[in-house]
Amino acid sequence: MKFINYLQGITGVSIYPMISLLLFVTFFSVVMVMVIRADSGFIDHMKNVPLDNEPKD
Amino acid sequence: MELEKFSYDNRMPRNFAMATVFWGIVGMLVGVIAAFQLAFPALNLDLAATTFGRLRPVHTNAVIFAFVGNGMFTAIYYSLPRLLKTKMYSDLLSKIHFWGWQLIIVAAAVTLMAGFTVSKEYAELEWPIDIAITIIWVIFGINMFGTILTRRERHMYVAIWFFIGSWAAIAMLHIVNSIEIPVTLFKSYPVYAGVQDALVQWWYGHNAVAFFLTTPYLGLMYYFVPKAANRPIYSYRLSIVHFWSLIFIYIWAGPHHLLYTALPQWAQSLGTAFSIMLILPSWGGMLNGLFTLRGAWDKVREEPILKFFVVGLTCYGMSTFEGPMMSLKSVNAISHYSDWTIAHVHIGALGWNGFMTFGMLYWLFPRIYKTQLFSKKLASTHFWIGTLGIILYAVPMYWAAFRSYFMFRAFTPEGQLQYQFIDVVQSTVPFYVMRAVGGTVYLLGVILMLYNLIKTVQQGSFVESEEAEAAPLPKFKATGKQFWHSVIERKPIWFLVASLLVVAIGGMIEMIPTFMIKSNIPTIATVKPYTPLELQGRDIYVREGCYTCHSQMIRPFRYEVMRYGEYSKAGEFIYDHPFQWGSKRTGPDLARIGGKYPDSWHFNHMLNPRSMSPGSIMPNYPWLFKRDLDISNTNSKIHAMRMLGVPYEQGYEAKANDDLQKQADKIAASLKNDKIEISSKKEIIAMIAYLQRMGKDIKASETTSTNN
Repeated sequence: MKFINYLQGITGVSIYPMISLLLFVTFFSVVMVMVIRADSGFIDHMKNVPLDNEPKD
Repeated sequence: MELEKFSYDNRMPRNFAMATVFWGIVGMLVGVIAAFQLAFPALNLDLAATTFGRLRPVHTNAVIFAFVGNGMFTAIYYSLPRLLKTKMYSDLLSKIHFWGWQLIIVAAAVTLMAGFTVSKEYAELEWPIDIAITIIWVIFGINMFGTILTRRERHMYVAIWFFIGSWAAIAMLHIVNSIEIPVTLFKSYPVYAGVQDALVQWWYGHNAVAFFLTTPYLGLMYYFVPKAANRPIYSYRLSIVHFWSLIFIYIWAGPHHLLYTALPQWAQSLGTAFSIMLILPSWGGMLNGLFTLRGAWDKVREEPILKFFVVGLTCYGMSTFEGPMMSLKSVNAISHYSDWTIAHVHIGALGWNGFMTFGMLYWLFPRIYKTQLFSKKLASTHFWIGTLGIILYAVPMYWAAFRSYFMFRAFTPEGQLQYQFIDVVQSTVPFYVMRAVGGTVYLLGVILMLYNLIKTVQQGSFVESEEAEAAPLPKFKATGKQFWHSVIERKPIWFLVASLLVVAIGGMIEMIPTFMIKSNIPTIATVKPYTPLELQGRDIYVREGCYTCHSQMIRPFRYEVMRYGEYSKAGEFIYDHPFQWGSKRTGPDLARIGGKYPDSWHFNHMLNPRSMSPGSIMPNYPWLFKRDLDISNTNSKIHAMRMLGVPYEQGYEAKANDDLQKQADKIAASLKNDKIEISSKKEIIAMIAYLQRMGKDIKASETTSTNN
């Protein structure tokens, strides 16, 4: 038996890879756009969170 | 606003750090012993507990869950309170977490050496320990989220997202992969069989690498690299993209462990596509770490901690490039079942996990003991020895992999296979020796570190807790439009839900089709359930960890079909709880071993493999000839199998042991024909029964079809 038979056995199997690809592309694009538009003051603040805690010697 | 006083506890990070060093040395030592066993089979000592098949899971579990696990907890218990300006939520939960985890490790080592195993790689532990892991993981989660919810810093730093994502994903992976039916106190059968079991296992196996060995250590990297370099991370924006794309893509890539197997083609392709995509977020993360050191490379020259981080990150980059390449089918044809995979995981384990851990420990100990590192020079020596160890380990393995590939696929002009399997084994042994030496060198470096850290501890005085103060978190008032990610960074529970959703979607789309549709696994009429004796023999096969060296999956290549027989079909494994496809061929594939040799051959071979196959590196199994087979549990095994859908007739439990005895007597009689006297009650009889059954069912179907 060839593997193609399993594929054909699933109703609407062609939708699976499409859904997954769409989900990923949408998600990734949204993250990219939002990250680029993020407020740089906030970004700078977050960057320095670990360093602000340096124990004072 | 009034400042609140609180303190950071240093005892927990210290305890976890010490456990990291201790288990690191234990795990690596077991690895070195196992490596030498492959070159010198006498080192298996002819004892059940010390054979390679049992030590190898001890090594992998110790390094992953004991060394890296404790390393991860060290990083979390040190960085989390400081990043959130609060103390850990509960000292009691911290203590339960610490001691519970160490107890699990001890229990794991003891049970694995005793032969209690599910045989699913990196998830070998039996069901009582699985439950204990779940409980401790939940306690750790409560402690972590309790801390996050009582924070004084509104937004969660990127390291914390990685910790949250890891926690959620590991919880899901562990539970889904460990669903099993207990048969006795220390024996269980996974509910999945064959192809489904393989798919779930490698979805787990791959993502255990992702969410146990990678994401928590990226959290570690995002905290300790900026700390050690004393400069902020290169790009916080990149870290956001890094996090979401990494956890989104990683979860899909599991099927790349099953290329060319009986797994449906579409699932294999999906795994490959997402594996290639993984290069981008992985390298984004590596570059983010390395670029943090831009303009500070002069520091790297003098500071061994930064040297460890730089090489650790470079190894991360190397293995995350190598991994996707190995998931290309043409490359996978060479790398799968070979020592290439072993080299690949050790670039990750020794280079990435090892060196990141060492860097963190060298940074941490002087701070919590309020002193300087005892010897920077010694740490630098450790760095060079460690690097040398990695090279000595990896290069022979790569070499061995390609060498054996070319030998396996060599044909004579007459169209016969040019080399026997044993020829390939013998030519690989020198590389096994070199690899073991490489591992020893690396371990020596770790012992240097132990000495250095002990000296550091002795010259310093422990700071149990550090006083700190911060303003309490005022109620949040939104002002104007907000960056969406800053919103989600404020809401840890939403963050947890979002990351869990992202990993769950990937897991579901990957697995649902294989599970829901029965026709996914075509049944082969002649494939029958195992007889009671074969079932018992199979459990011995599992107990002795045969899967660590032998695959049961013939790929559709000319040189494999000629060497091992007809390639494996999905329908052949429907009664295999658990599947035994294996992931490494140190010995030949066994999928069609049944009927290839007489019973007496197996008898002599199991007693002393070298008597039948000169130059073999397989251990002797003398205890199988002394121990009586435990048939008291046959009934419950048959019962459990029927519950899982194996079609034993109703009431077969009562007759099972009679059938078992009849088959055993037959094998004993066949041995007697070859002048071998042995009681039919010994374990070896069951083992022979199983070995002689393997892969035979489908041959029956061929005969019937030609007869028709």
